[in-house]
Amino acid sequence: MEVSITVNGSTHSSDVEPRTLLVHHLRDNIGLTGTNIGCDSSSCGACTIHMNGESVKSCTVLAVQADGQELTTIEGLAAVAESDGTATGDQNWHPMQEAFQNCHALQCGYCTPGMVMASTSFLKENPNPTEEQIREGLEGNLCRCTGYHNIVKAVQSVAGGAS
Amino acid sequence: MTAVMGTKMLRKEDPALLVGENKFIDDIHAPGELWMGMIRSTMAHAKINSIDTSEAEAMPGVVAVYTGEQLAEMGLWLAPLPCAWPVTEDIVNPPHNPVAVGEAKHVGDIVAVVLCNDRYGAADAAEKVVVDYDPLPAVGSLEAAVANTAMAHSDLETNKAFHWPLVPDPEGTEKAFAEAAHTVKAKFIQQRMIPSPMEPRGCMAIPSPAGGDITFYSATQVPHILKVMIAATTGIPESKIRVIAPSVGGGFGGKLNVDPDAILSVTLANHLGVPVRWTETRTEAAGSSHQGRGQIQHMEVAADENGKISSVRVHIDADMGAYMMLITPGVPLLGSFLYTGVYDIPNLAFTCDGHFTNLTPTDAYRGAGRPEASYAIERIMDMLAAEVGITPEEIRARNYINGGEAFENHEAASTLVFDSGHYRPAHDRALEMVKIDELRAEQARRRDAGEAKQLGIGMCSYVEICGLAPSRALGGLNYGAGGWEHATVRMLPTGKIEVVSGSTPHGQGHETAWSMIIADKMGVDPNDVEVLHSDTAKSPLGLDTYGSRSLAVGGVAIAMAADKVIEKAKLIAAHQFEAAPEDVQFEAGAFSVAGTPSKSVHIQELGFAAFAAHDLPDGMEPNLQEQVSFDPPNFAFPFGTHACVVEIDTETGGVELIDYVAVDDCGHQVNPMIVEGQLHGGIVQGVAQALFEEAVYDEDGNINNPSFMDYLVPSAMEVPSMQLDYTVTPSTSNPLGVKGAGEAGTIGSAAAVMNAVCDALSPYGVKDMDMPATPKRIWEAIHSNANNSNGGAA
Ligand code: FES
Ligand code: FES
Repeated sequence: MEVSITVNGSTHSSDVEPRTLLVHHLRDNIGLTGTNIGCDSSSCGACTIHMNGESVKSCTVLAVQADGQELTTIEGLAAVAESDGTATGDQNWHPMQEAFQNCHALQCGYCTPGMVMASTSFLKENPNPTEEQIREGLEGNLCRCTGYHNIVKAVQSVAGGAS
Repeated sequence: MTAVMGTKMLRKEDPALLVGENKFIDDIHAPGELWMGMIRSTMAHAKINSIDTSEAEAMPGVVAVYTGEQLAEMGLWLAPLPCAWPVTEDIVNPPHNPVAVGEAKHVGDIVAVVLCNDRYGAADAAEKVVVDYDPLPAVGSLEAAVANTAMAHSDLETNKAFHWPLVPDPEGTEKAFAEAAHTVKAKFIQQRMIPSPMEPRGCMAIPSPAGGDITFYSATQVPHILKVMIAATTGIPESKIRVIAPSVGGGFGGKLNVDPDAILSVTLANHLGVPVRWTETRTEAAGSSHQGRGQIQHMEVAADENGKISSVRVHIDADMGAYMMLITPGVPLLGSFLYTGVYDIPNLAFTCDGHFTNLTPTDAYRGAGRPEASYAIERIMDMLAAEVGITPEEIRARNYINGGEAFENHEAASTLVFDSGHYRPAHDRALEMVKIDELRAEQARRRDAGEAKQLGIGMCSYVEICGLAPSRALGGLNYGAGGWEHATVRMLPTGKIEVVSGSTPHGQGHETAWSMIIADKMGVDPNDVEVLHSDTAKSPLGLDTYGSRSLAVGGVAIAMAADKVIEKAKLIAAHQFEAAPEDVQFEAGAFSVAGTPSKSVHIQELGFAAFAAHDLPDGMEPNLQEQVSFDPPNFAFPFGTHACVVEIDTETGGVELIDYVAVDDCGHQVNPMIVEGQLHGGIVQGVAQALFEEAVYDEDGNINNPSFMDYLVPSAMEVPSMQLDYTVTPSTSNPLGVKGAGEAGTIGSAAAVMNAVCDALSPYGVKDMDMPATPKRIWEAIHSNANNSNGGAA
C-alpha cells in the first residue's frame, strides 16, 4: 500500500505491506534508527515518537495508519525546539535533551529516545507536575539502567525551568 | 590545570545517544543480508521425531531451512557451545549444540533455523516449520532436579552436574556449631531473574566479499572473549575474525555469553557467502537469553550468647538450566567467598551442587553469585538479632571485621584477603540519613495503634568482590581464562591522545571515565582524548566488561600506560632541554627544568617530535606509544550499608518503598556522577528481585511470563528516589585506589528491602518470606499467621 508520511519535516512516500509496524517503517524503510524497539507487548516505550504533537508508541501503530500524519522522532526533536524558539545550549537541543545530559539521565541510551519523547509530551500536558505525577506519567517507559532517579530529576529541571 | 578526576564531568557518550545518531546492532544493515528465524522448542524436554521444512522452504524470500541434524552433518562447527568454567574435574557437561539434535532440552532450545531475505518473512517461515515431538519427562524446577525423579538429560543418571566444596576447616565448623549458644538456620530461594537489558540481543555476521574474513557485529559485553570462542568453536582462525560491539543497550551479564545465534550466524554467513543476522524479540528472550540467580540456599550460623558469630555453614543447590553456558557453573562459586559478609567470622563451610533442569540456561546476572551470598548472610543476621534479642544494627556492630574500624589485608575464613575496609562509618551514616530513631518511634506508634499501614525498616551491610580478577586466582578456580586487562596509550603527531582499551562499555561511560584518567595523568583536556574500544581490529587484546572490573583493572591499565608515555616523553623533553632527566619535572602537562622557567614544553607538543624522530635521544625508538596488560594482584572489595523503609498495607498486602538510603564505598571515584548512576540502577535491580521480578515456570517447564506484560521490570512508578552518600577507603589492590561500583547497588538492595518487609511483618509472626514479596504473598503471610495461635512476634 502507498503510504505518505511527514517525518521531521520531510515527506516520505513508499509502498509498504499493510501489516508493517510504523516503528519498522521508520527504522528499516526511512532509515531513522533513533527510535528503538525494546519489546513486543507495547510495554517498554522505547519506540515512543510524536504523532501530530502527541506521543505514541510507534510499535502499536501500523505504518498505513500513519498515512498523512506528521511525525517527529528523536532525530527531529531539536529542530522542533529550534523552530519554537525553545532550543537551548551549545548544541541547540530541545531543553529535555540537554536536561537528560546534565542530570545523567541516560546510561546505555537505549530507552532514551523514547523516554525523551514521552517526557516532552508529558510536560506539554502537565507543565508543573509533582514528582509523583512525573513517575506516573512515565509509567509506560521502561529503563533498566538508571533506576529512573535521574530521569525524574531531568524532567523536574525542565518543568522548573519552564515555569 | 585543576583535577579532572573526582569531578562530575558530563559524558562524552551522550550527544550521539540523545539525537539518535549512534548505532545499535539492529540499526546496522549490510546489502544482501539474510535474517535468521529460529524455530524453538515449545516443549521443555522432548524427542524430536521429525521436522518438516517443506512449507517454510516454499515461502517467499526463504533461502534455506536447516534442522539440527542437517547442520551437524554439514560439519559447520568443530565443537559444541563452550563452557569456560568447568569448576571441577568431574563436572558433567552434556554437549550443547547451537541447534538441538535428536532431543530438545528446554522451551526455547533451537531445533531448526530459516534464512530469509526479510525480517517479517523469517518469522513467518519459522512458523511454517512443523516439528513432531515426543514429550519426555521434564525437570521443571530446581526442587525437581534435586529430587532426581526425572532426568533433564535422558542419557544421564542424575541431574547433578558437580559438587564443589570450600570447607577450609571442617573440624572447626563442627566445633563451632557444637559449642554455639545460638544457631539459626534458614532456607532462602533465589528466584530466576531475566536480565532484561532494554536492547534485546542481536548479531550480524558479514563475510568479506573477497573471501576468507568474517566481521561479526554483536550486541555483546565481550567481543574479545567472543572472538576467541568463535574461533575455538567453529575452527575459523582467530586472525580471520573481527568482532565489533556497536553501541550496546545494556547488558547486566545478559550479553556476556557465546550463544547459539553467534555460532549460527558466523558459520552460515561463512557457508553461504552472504551476511546473516538475527534480532531477538523480547518474548523470545525468555528462552534464548540466559537467566540469572536460580539457587536454593541452606544457610546456618553459629553464635555465642552475645551474638558473636563463630561459623557459617551453607549449602547451595544451583540451577544450571538445561546446559552449561560460558560461566554457568562458576556463578554460585563467585558468591562462595562472601557468605561471611562484612563480619569477622573465623569459620566458613560452603558447598555447592549444580543441577540440570529443563529450563533456560542460567549464567551471570548483575552481581553473579554475590547478591545471593549477601542476601543470605544479611537476612540471617536479622534472624540472629531476633534470636539474641538485639537490634539489627547491634548484631552487625558486634560482628564487623576489626570492630568496624579501618583495616587492610584482612584474611577471611574463605582464605581470600580483603584489601581494605572501614565498615562502621557507612553503617552510622546510613542509619543517620534514614533517621532510624524517628522511624522506630513511628513504627511503634503504628503498631500500638493497630494501623492498617505498618512500617518496616531494613538494613544491609555488604561487601563484594570486584575487579575480576587476578589471573592466578581464576586459574585456581579452574576458570578457562585470565583476568588481566590491556590498554594502549598513544600520543598522536597532532598532540591528541588515543587510548585503546580492552574493556567494553554498554552504558557505563568508559569513554568519559578513561578520558578523565588521561586528562589527570597527562595534564591534557579530556576532549583531546579519543577512546577506541569494542572492536577487535582496533583493540586486539582485551577481556571485556563484567564483574565490576572495568575501572579497577582496565582503568588502572590505562593509568599505568599513561605513566609509561610520560616517562618516555620526559626523556625527549630532557634531550630538548639538554638537561639530565632527573632534573626534569612534570606538572599539569608540562615538562620543565627546575629553576629555568624558559625551559618548558607541554607533553602534547612532544607528540610531533616523537613522530618525526628528527632529534630523539640516541637509541630511542620513534613514537610515543605504550601498552600495559595489568593483572591485578588481588580483587577489590567495595562495601557499604543500605537502609530502606517500606510501608505495608496490611489490608491489601501492598508494599511501598518510601525511602532508600545507600552509603557506599568504592574507593576513589573517577566520576561521582557515573558512580551515582551505577548505584541507582543497581539498587533498582535488587529492589526488583525483592519485590517484582521472577521468571515463573510451571512444572512442565513452560514459562508463564515471557513478555514485559507479566515479567514485571519496574517502571518509575514502583521505585522511590534514593538518597546516596559515600565513604572513601582506597583499595590497596591497584595504584588508583579504586574498587568498582557496577554491581554494588544490586548486592546491597535485595536484602535491605526484604529485611524491611520482614520487619514490618514481624508482629504477625512472619519470620521470612520468599522473593518477590508480592502483595499476594504478603497478604497470605499476614492472614495465615493471624489465624495461628503461635502468631505474634516470636
Ligand atoms: S517497542 Fe514499543 S512499547 Fe516496547
Ligand atoms: S539508559 Fe539504558 S535502558 Fe535507559
